[in-house]
Amino acid sequence: MDIFVILIQSTILYAIPLMVVGLGGVFSERSGIINLALEGEMIFGAFIGAIFTKLIVQANPALATSQWLYILGMLISAASGSLFSLLLSFSAIKFKADQTIGGTALNMLAPAIVCTFGLLIFSSEKVVSNANFVIISSSYGPGMQAAMENDFFGPILKILFDKMFISTYICIAIFVVLTLWLYNSKIGTHLRACGEHPQAADSVGINVFRMRYLGTSIGGALAGLGGFVYIATCAATTAESGVAGLGFLALAIMIFGNWNPLFISLGAILFGFLKCLGVLYMQIPFLKALGLPLYFYNIVPYVVVLIVLIITRKKSGCPKAEGIPYDKGAR
Amino acid sequence: MEVDGKYIVGLRHSKLRDTSISVFSSVISAFIGLIVGFLLMLFAMIFTNGANAFAGLGIMFAGPFNGTYVALEFGNMIFYSVPIIFTGLSITLAYKTGLFNIGAPGQFFMGTLGCLLVALNINTVGNRFLGILVWILAIIVGLIFGMIWGSLAGLLKAFFGINEVIASIMLNWISANIVTWVFSLNSSIINSDAGKSGYLIKTAQTGNFSPSLGLDQLFSGGTSKSYLDIGIIFAILMCVIVWVLLNKTTIGYSMKACGSNREAAKYAGINDKKNIIFAMTFAGGLAALGGCFYFLNPNIEFAFNSAYQNLPAWGFNGIPVAFLANCHPLGVLVSALFVRYLNSSGTYLPVAGYNQYFADIIIAVIIYLSGFTRFFKERIDRFVLRREEKRAQASKEIEGVVAEVTSKKEPNAFVKFFINAKDYVVHLFNKIFKREKKTSENEVVVEKKEETEGGDK
Repeated sequence: MDIFVILIQSTILYAIPLMVVGLGGVFSERSGIINLALEGEMIFGAFIGAIFTKLIVQANPALATSQWLYILGMLISAASGSLFSLLLSFSAIKFKADQTIGGTALNMLAPAIVCTFGLLIFSSEKVVSNANFVIISSSYGPGMQAAMENDFFGPILKILFDKMFISTYICIAIFVVLTLWLYNSKIGTHLRACGEHPQAADSVGINVFRMRYLGTSIGGALAGLGGFVYIATCAATTAESGVAGLGFLALAIMIFGNWNPLFISLGAILFGFLKCLGVLYMQIPFLKALGLPLYFYNIVPYVVVLIVLIITRKKSGCPKAEGIPYDKGAR
Repeated sequence: MEVDGKYIVGLRHSKLRDTSISVFSSVISAFIGLIVGFLLMLFAMIFTNGANAFAGLGIMFAGPFNGTYVALEFGNMIFYSVPIIFTGLSITLAYKTGLFNIGAPGQFFMGTLGCLLVALNINTVGNRFLGILVWILAIIVGLIFGMIWGSLAGLLKAFFGINEVIASIMLNWISANIVTWVFSLNSSIINSDAGKSGYLIKTAQTGNFSPSLGLDQLFSGGTSKSYLDIGIIFAILMCVIVWVLLNKTTIGYSMKACGSNREAAKYAGINDKKNIIFAMTFAGGLAALGGCFYFLNPNIEFAFNSAYQNLPAWGFNGIPVAFLANCHPLGVLVSALFVRYLNSSGTYLPVAGYNQYFADIIIAVIIYLSGFTRFFKERIDRFVLRREEKRAQASKEIEGVVAEVTSKKEPNAFVKFFINAKDYVVHLFNKIFKREKKTSENEVVVEKKEETEGGDK
């Protein structure tokens, strides 16, 4: 039973950054900018967040497990991801550059910045911040601890509260709020219009450039947040020159979810579940009995994604004007 | 854009002119990239004592000339550019067909898998002739593996409408796992020397390595030879083949038609599905050849054990190489060498007090700026238009007639572009240093006229 609790917990931890970064991709692509730079934005956000927490923890080691520090770190990484994404939107909107090139350049720039400034400031290519934000069962009162041992609803409480990160709930809340905002608010509708038909949007008085800056910046903020949450939950709050290809995976999950936040969250959970199954299969009796190697389970999630795509092939939800620089003159 | 019924020659679009604009903007972006790198080095002097930004910039410019043995450094620079030439070509070819081949790392891996399985499992030590035969076989097998892997993405795109980006990303990780899986079962080819773990043996050990044709001897220094081998010749040959395919053949033309407007191409009777599958298969083969020629070198060993966790950088580095060349097959050769030129200076940067990653930042900035081609083009067009208008205006004032711009015998587009570009740079220079000539009255008139026109076109 315990292994299933662990499996679900790790699935959630893995799926949350994918979901958030995927939503970041939706925001920028719905406004009409191809955001290939998700990976770079994640790396950069994680880097700045790790530097911030490292400096604070160095100054006051008692804060190493402070949840307020975690929240502040998330805010700062989101802001830095947003600033970094301005490089993309600036080149794509102001200079009408090819957005694929801008994204590629940012994906190269972020690891280079991490290594360069990591070596310059901390004489290491990694930024180890020594912070640990996990909340374990022993930090709760005795009543809660007893409830977690309950046979009936104990596992559910464990999944929800044991070895838990507050980022999980914050990210879910952000995901829901931003999704509702994108689909129900006036600005959200304007933003989506700019990705579908910018000329029509412009003709009714929407500032296309401003909307595209907004979309990419929100996307960058979510990617930066996702990067920091990923290193805090899965990589011991250590920023490196990579996030295990999670940015590209989030991009893939975004396309898998057909640019729709609901499908993206389902896709992220499915993918995260299969991925964690591959890591934990040795502890699950009937999978261990099959005797298949690790590599087989590693391949499964990717194959399943392809199969699901083949079965559910439908009209692409890709924004129509995506990737095309907006030219006021062209109608 | 007409001035009194006369079409302005400077704005006429030609292929040659477009090429020269992209060359111009690549050069400009390389220049600005180095300046940004220099500024960054000045900034980094705050953190590191004894760092010297001028020395750092000098090292960046010098590239392989920093070394004691320049020829050796040059040979290695060329050798390391071979895999990125191939992956760059792969991305170029797919991009011309309207596909973004982010699957180059996976195809590179499949090529590596195919060629090393053949080259390392057959022992031909002592018989160089057999060794060459096995080497050729290894390349063919690697090529086929890569083509199959590339065609998978193409098939998924053509028949199931699956976006090639997601299909490629998934196939990348699948191939990475397959590579580690297959090699870990193949224990006879794993290097089991003391202190080695996770590496395969070198092709030199089984005698099936790439012939060097004396190139390693030519580019050598001191007691050591460079790694350079026959791979670069194949790389150059492939650049030419891809250029011919894209520009001189019917299939290349229909591929480009698909790339610029798939629906229109379909309407014109071009089989878009066939083109997509062909392009992805060819692109997969090209990326796979990069893996073959890199790992069949007798000096290179493959770290199979960590392959499933990291996609090969050679695959991803093909993307910036292709874009820096503005997706021109012959330009890929130049841009790959240029990227490696800057990279080779990285190891010498610590001499000036900087770490080697400054070179990476500079390369990233150059790639970033190389996307601004369109911006440069518009600026130059606007500059030319304004100048022509001024001329027309001036001659009107003086002679009372419109200058017959079109009647003059014009130099060809390439030369004319560089004349315009030179004038534009001089104009910018004057603007920056406030050396603008005193504006005469009729120029003011022109300025006003433009303002009222608003967005031209």
